[in-house]
Amino acid sequence: MLDKTGIAKRIAKEVKDGYYVNLGIGIPTLVANYVRSDIEVEFQSENGVLGMGPFPFEGEEDADVINAGKQTITTLPGASFFDSAMSFSMIRGQHVDLTILGAMEVAENGDIANWKIPGKMVKGMGGAMDLVASAENIIVAMMHTNKRGESKLLKQCSLPLTGVGCVKKIVTNMAVLEITDNGFKLLERAPGVSVEEIKNATEGNLIVNGDIPEMEL
Amino acid sequence: MINKKVANVQDALKGVSDNMILMLGGFGLSGIPENAISELVKLGVKGLTCISNNAGVDDFGLGLLLQKKQIKKMVSSYVGENDEFERQMLSGELDVELIPQGTLAERCRAAQAGFPAVYTPAGYGTEVAEGKETRHFDGKMYVLEHAFKADFAFVKAWKGDAAGNLIFKGTSRNFNPNMCGAAKITVAEVEELVPLGTLDPNQIHIPGIFVQRIFQGAHYEKRIEQRTVRQRD
Repeated sequence: MLDKTGIAKRIAKEVKDGYYVNLGIGIPTLVANYVRSDIEVEFQSENGVLGMGPFPFEGEEDADVINAGKQTITTLPGASFFDSAMSFSMIRGQHVDLTILGAMEVAENGDIANWKIPGKMVKGMGGAMDLVASAENIIVAMMHTNKRGESKLLKQCSLPLTGVGCVKKIVTNMAVLEITDNGFKLLERAPGVSVEEIKNATEGNLIVNGDIPEMEL
Repeated sequence: MINKKVANVQDALKGVSDNMILMLGGFGLSGIPENAISELVKLGVKGLTCISNNAGVDDFGLGLLLQKKQIKKMVSSYVGENDEFERQMLSGELDVELIPQGTLAERCRAAQAGFPAVYTPAGYGTEVAEGKETRHFDGKMYVLEHAFKADFAFVKAWKGDAAGNLIFKGTSRNFNPNMCGAAKITVAEVEELVPLGTLDPNQIHIPGIFVQRIFQGAHYEKRIEQRTVRQRD
């Protein structure tokens, strides 16, 4: 079973040379730390920066340079700042190659829910609805089950949707899965996790073809 | 040069009254019009509709107006990090319209640019699209979103001049340029109001035509919400 860092490490392998990537808040943010150093990638943050660098050294924080998680950041050579409309032009206009975000629920048809729990939690969708409605390539980073041990990979989402039929791939603490016309296709197992355990933790239709390899991290 | 300069925040907010629709720039606490917000608290205007990506935190930004119950409705994309906001929303005291962040930006830009509405793919098939016109273009579904109509836009820039020209800094730019000229009156507050002719016309982000009033802001706190740092090796 992977921890959050493990999930980030596995997703980092999906990031290819020349990609512009938008990272959501939480596990996705960690992905930047594990991208291969021999490829060129630029990170976009929807509040208006392309070419994000690491966190600043203590004492060098700038209130005017933050990411979408409101964290202080730095920029790398070649970076640019822009307004919100231009930022979402990059996103809706499909200029961003890969979007990695978290989710509360994903359905076997690629629906995603991650912005609201009626009556309990309403923080808002932020940029997530724009990102999922537009991106060609969306990877969801999340735990396979919730705190009560219930599956987050469902036949149908129970929470209000963020987007319909948009998720392509999911990386959880247990597995890598792909959305297909018939449901979740199991691609890889986390180290030490059996196909049986993944089946038990997946409510939606799980497609298992042949031997399922263990992830390489 | 058409002079947009006003003496102070009091003059800049002349005409603001109860029940108005206001746009306020900023993302989180970055690039928020701190002086205009303080003055709105002092004026005590009530029943406001505020269009702003976020709602501040409990004791700063729009949170200050929420504490005084001056806001009737918020139009935002993300409202976490504010307990008083959550309390007022769950109790029904505060009306909240949550919309996708890109839709918020584009409804501002549409108002600025003279478009009555725009089609966006964001929110299609979700509760955000309920009751709205939808249409397909080239096999994909889109939702019709209308331009905002607002009385005042309050924006914050880094540098500006008396002609109303603005330059923004870093990610404090965010929604500020998109709100300029998107309301009946745009009020810009700047960290540095520089002498006319000292801003390079090549570097202007927002030309003065979109701004009706500009003033030198004071006492910028520029609070950081999530201070994240790394250790030196």
